[in-house]
Parts: sequence; C-alpha cells; structure tokens
Amino acid sequence: MARVLLRDLNKHYETFHAVKDVSLEIQDREFVVLVGPSGCGKTTTLRMIAGLEAITSGEILIGDTVVNELPPMDRDIAMVFQNYALYPHMSVRDNMAFGLKMRKFEREEIARRVKIAADILGIESLLHRKPRQLSGGQRQRVALGRAIVRNPQVFLFDEPLSNLDAKLRVQMRVELKKLHERLGTTAVYVTHDQVEAMTLGDRVVVMKDGWVQQVGDPLELYNAPANKFVAGFIGSPGMNFAAVSFQREGDTLLAVNHGLRITVPAPIAARLNGHAGRDATLGIRPEDLHLAGPDDDEGHCFEALVEVIERLGSEILLDVKVGPASMVASVPPTVRTRMRDTIRLALDPERLHFFDAETEVAL
Amino acid sequence: MATTTEAATGTPRTRTRLLEDERWLAFFLLMPTIVLLALFIAYPFMKGILLSVTNTRVGVPGEFVGLAIFEKVWNDGIFREAAWNTIYYTAVTTVFKLALGLWLALLLNRHFRGKAFIRAFILLPFIIPTVLSTFAWKWMFDPTFSVLNWLLREIGVIDQRINWLGDPDLAMGCIIAVNVWRGVPFFAITLLAGLQTISPELHEAAAIDGANARQRFLYVTWPLLLPVTMVVVLFSVIQTFADFQLVYVLTEGGPANATHLFATYAYQIGVRTGLLSEGAAISLAMFPVLFLVVIFQLLYIRRVETR
Repeated sequence: MARVLLRDLNKHYETFHAVKDVSLEIQDREFVVLVGPSGCGKTTTLRMIAGLEAITSGEILIGDTVVNELPPMDRDIAMVFQNYALYPHMSVRDNMAFGLKMRKFEREEIARRVKIAADILGIESLLHRKPRQLSGGQRQRVALGRAIVRNPQVFLFDEPLSNLDAKLRVQMRVELKKLHERLGTTAVYVTHDQVEAMTLGDRVVVMKDGWVQQVGDPLELYNAPANKFVAGFIGSPGMNFAAVSFQREGDTLLAVNHGLRITVPAPIAARLNGHAGRDATLGIRPEDLHLAGPDDDEGHCFEALVEVIERLGSEILLDVKVGPASMVASVPPTVRTRMRDTIRLALDPERLHFFDAETEVAL
Repeated sequence: MATTTEAATGTPRTRTRLLEDERWLAFFLLMPTIVLLALFIAYPFMKGILLSVTNTRVGVPGEFVGLAIFEKVWNDGIFREAAWNTIYYTAVTTVFKLALGLWLALLLNRHFRGKAFIRAFILLPFIIPTVLSTFAWKWMFDPTFSVLNWLLREIGVIDQRINWLGDPDLAMGCIIAVNVWRGVPFFAITLLAGLQTISPELHEAAAIDGANARQRFLYVTWPLLLPVTMVVVLFSVIQTFADFQLVYVLTEGGPANATHLFATYAYQIGVRTGLLSEGAAISLAMFPVLFLVVIFQLLYIRRVETR
C-alpha cells in the first residue's frame, strides 16, 4: 500500500491538450475518485498512473518511486477496466491466476490467493467457467478478483460499473465500498457519475477540460463548490442558477433580477462588498427551496409559476419559472399544487451561492 | 362479380399458397445454387471418377478397366515425384506464408502514418491476376535478362549467371518464393482482421498483469487468433495443394519434372498427352488428402470455437 503523488501532470496528444497541470496527493489507504464529463481528462490521468499512456510532462510517484519511465507491470498496480477485459479463452480461475503466474508465484500460493479472493467476492462456484458464461455483474467480480489476488499497492478503476444496469450498479457500489474498508488498498477511481463519486470517494477530484476544478471530500464539494461548474455537476437534481445584479439599499445588499429580489445575508454580503453593482450568478440547490410560510423573511421569498410536477414518492420536484429563469424545487410529498399555479417559494439564505458572472468562480 | 374476381385471382393464389409452404419455398430458394453446384462441381467430379475407371484417351471412348489406371499411376515414378513435390511445396509455402503474414499483420496492426494506404498496398500481389504477375517473375528469373542476376552481379555476390528455373533445386525454390510472395497478403490481411477483433484492453490488462510483449503474444494474442489462423491455413493449404497456374507459367513442371505438382502433371498427362483416364486418376489422387485436411481442420475449428 502506498500514497500516489501527481506533480504538474500534462498530457498532449498531437493537437489536443488532454490533461493540464494536474497535481494531486493521494494518501495511503485513501479512496480518491476522479469525476467529470467525458473528455475531461480523468481517464487519461488514470491511464498515465497505470503506465498505459506516456506522460508529456510532470511526475508520478507511487510510494516513493518516480514511475514515469516504469512499464505497467513494474508499478505494482492493478486495474479494473470498464469492459472488464477478461481473457475470453481462460477460465475464471486462470483469469485471476494469470498475473500471479506471470510473476512466477508458486502453484500453491496462487491457488491459495485465488481461493481467498473468490471467497471475498462470492465467486467460488464460478471458477471453472469461461467469461462468456457469466453475467455482467459476475464478470465485474472476476475483474475485481484479478485485481485483488495480486495484492498491489494501488487499485485503479476505470468506470468499472458503467456497463451494469442501474440496480446492480448500486449494489456493486456498496460492495466496492465494503471491499475497500476490508482491504484498505489505496484506490483511484474514475467515473462520470457524480453519485458514484460522492458515495465512494474519501475525496473527490472534479475535472473539466483537462483542469482540476476542485478537490475535496464529498460534503465540501456539495456545500462549498469552488465554481459554477462544480456547483452544477455535484448534486442531483443540479443546482439552480439565475443571473442577478447586486443593489445596495441602505445597509442591505440585494440580489436582483426580473423575478427575484433576494436579501443577501450579512456574512455573505461582507464577502461580496467589492461586487456591488456588478453582475453575478446566484445559485441555490433544489433541496434548499421550500414553500414560503409565515416564518420566512420577505427578502428570501419569490413567486414562481409551476410548469411541471415530478412526483418521485419520497419528494416532489417542481419545475418552476421564476421571471425568465427556470428552477427546480424539491418539496415534501405532502405538498398539493397544480400545474400553472403560482406559488411562493422561499430559499434558505445560509445556503445561497454566488458566482462571478465572467470567471464563474465562487464569490 | 364475386365469381369473376375469384376466377381472375385463382392462379396467383395457388402460386402464393405454394410459396407459403416452407418446404416449397426452401426448394425454390435453393434451386439456383443446386443447379450451379450440380453443373460445375458434381458433374465434373462424377465424370472424373467415371473417366478414371476406364481407359479413355482423346478420340478413344474406352472401356471399364476397374482400378487398373490407378495401379498404373501409382507405379509411375513421375507421379510419385509430383506427389512429393506437392506436399513439399504446400508445407514449405504454408509455413512461410503464415510466419510472414502474421509478422506483417502484427506490424500493420500498429498505429502509423498512412496506415490505410499501406494496408491497401499490401494486397497488390493478391489482386493482380496470378498469370500476369507470374509472367513478370518469369522475366526476373530469365537466365539472360534476369534482373536478379544483374543485381547480384552489380553488388558482387556472383560472377556467373544463375539459371534460376533451369536448376531443379533452384526451380523449386523459385516457385515457392513466388507462391509465398503471392500468398502473404491474404494471410496478412485476414490475420489483421482477426487481430482487430482482439480488444486492446486485453493487452493492457495483460501488461498490467506482468506479461511482457512475448508473453502477451503467447498467452493472449495467439490463442485468440487461432480460430482465424486455422481458417486461413485451411484455405491456403487447399489452394496451394491444387495450385496450377503459377507452376504452369514458370516451369511447366520442369526441369526434369522437378516442379511438377498434381495439377500440372494431371494436365500434362490428361490434356497434353491425351491420356484422359490417367489425368483424371492423378487429379483424383488429391481428393483423399484434401478431404482429410478439411475434416481435420474443421473439427479443430469447432473444438476451438466451443472451448
């Protein structure tokens, strides 16, 4: 087990700069998730750690060794691929044993390790089968088994759950979490699914266009997104945004647009002082909106026109129009409302976010 | 009115009903193939067998003589030489074609500039009609005008002209070389297609698992390529075993029968000499060998595929 260090990592393809100055310290036993939309450089970063892509510039350390020039087999890593990459002509047992055979382990030791891994993953009864005789979930387990038997310093996961159906994905997610608790091996996990990222990661790295946008534990990303991209990417349904301008009225700072006139709470206002008179983007999560009641400050309420009602059982999502902007509000299932109704919504002032209109950086 | 309609549509209806019966439909659909196969494969094959048990010559109808012709052919020294030549020729060329074709396929499977162009270019020897390219080779092997001799003399390897096709050993080497030149593209392109069905992820997984390039080939590429390889080898063995044009153009079986194959010798005896029965018997001698080869390889392919 070991820490992994990325220093100013860059990857250039002929005309494409895929990974830009990525620096990251992954602690021993930590589970770090790289997340972002497709083409954000997360998989390329993972493949550079694995040694499957050459590094254009920068450094990768596994343990205390610079591995830039080391071939994959000498990096003491194991990787789980999106399409499992099981050897189709080998049995499950041989698939799992292959890495150990290549490393010239004793026959008894191989058998012992394969058995332990098969026990952990519950695939003892499948050992004699060929990959094509297995279901997607079983194949995924075998791919995990192949990684476990090697007992490597680092596990690398490249969207391992994306080929599974939704239900199985949730189940495997939980199992992966348990597996990591049990083995404690340092893990780097790539996904485009923010729910996977939030549930699995000790820390999450959000990437876009080759840049790291923010690194933090899941709640940090949720509560204090560093910019508008992270704010919109983390959380489901996504954060609501509305273009506003700031107006000063006596001692209070107001965020104003055609449908909103929101009093900015004092602590946030203090941070925004320099921005009075300038444009910004207001952000508020659907779960931080509720139907206005008598206790709500007038400065935190606004009128909204209900356009769509999505009943999810545990909650209702209201798609509403606020002035020119569309928003989503998550309200309790007991709320009774109809399409085309005009309702009053209130926001939780502590949960307001503001982003610079141009740079999109959190204010 | 109703009766008129019925009468008018009567015939098409019966026809449609006949085609809706699957057995009739199957028969109709198979008809063209059956006719073609019967006319061009089954009839000549049967005719060949009939010829081989008579003593027919050109202009002489001949009578039934049992297996006498086969016995005569069996005791013919040139036939034995042709049989040995055919086996030798097939074995050596297949080994070379497979080795070179696989090597080329592995190279072509990499990423490089102008990949598509090179891949198309590689096929040229296979696309040019064999007779044309073989005539070009014949010029290159010509004792007087040979460009090979000129080249070897210029770089100082030889000082005497080599009579490529006049020397029995060299002549066999020459037809083998030309066959390999012509056959490698087919191997290369087919094996390349096979290689491309192997996911690159498997090689990456193997690389991470600790397999070096040689082990990745041995444990991943080769086993997964084997079914395709067997099919290519099967086709190649059949074609090479029954090869005719190449030898006919280059040496006509000479010098001193050193390069006669089954097909050229059968032609020599059956058509040139007019001993139709013996020609047929020689041709048929190929049949059991090829039949066994096909059976063996098909069984093998099935075993690999169900594995």
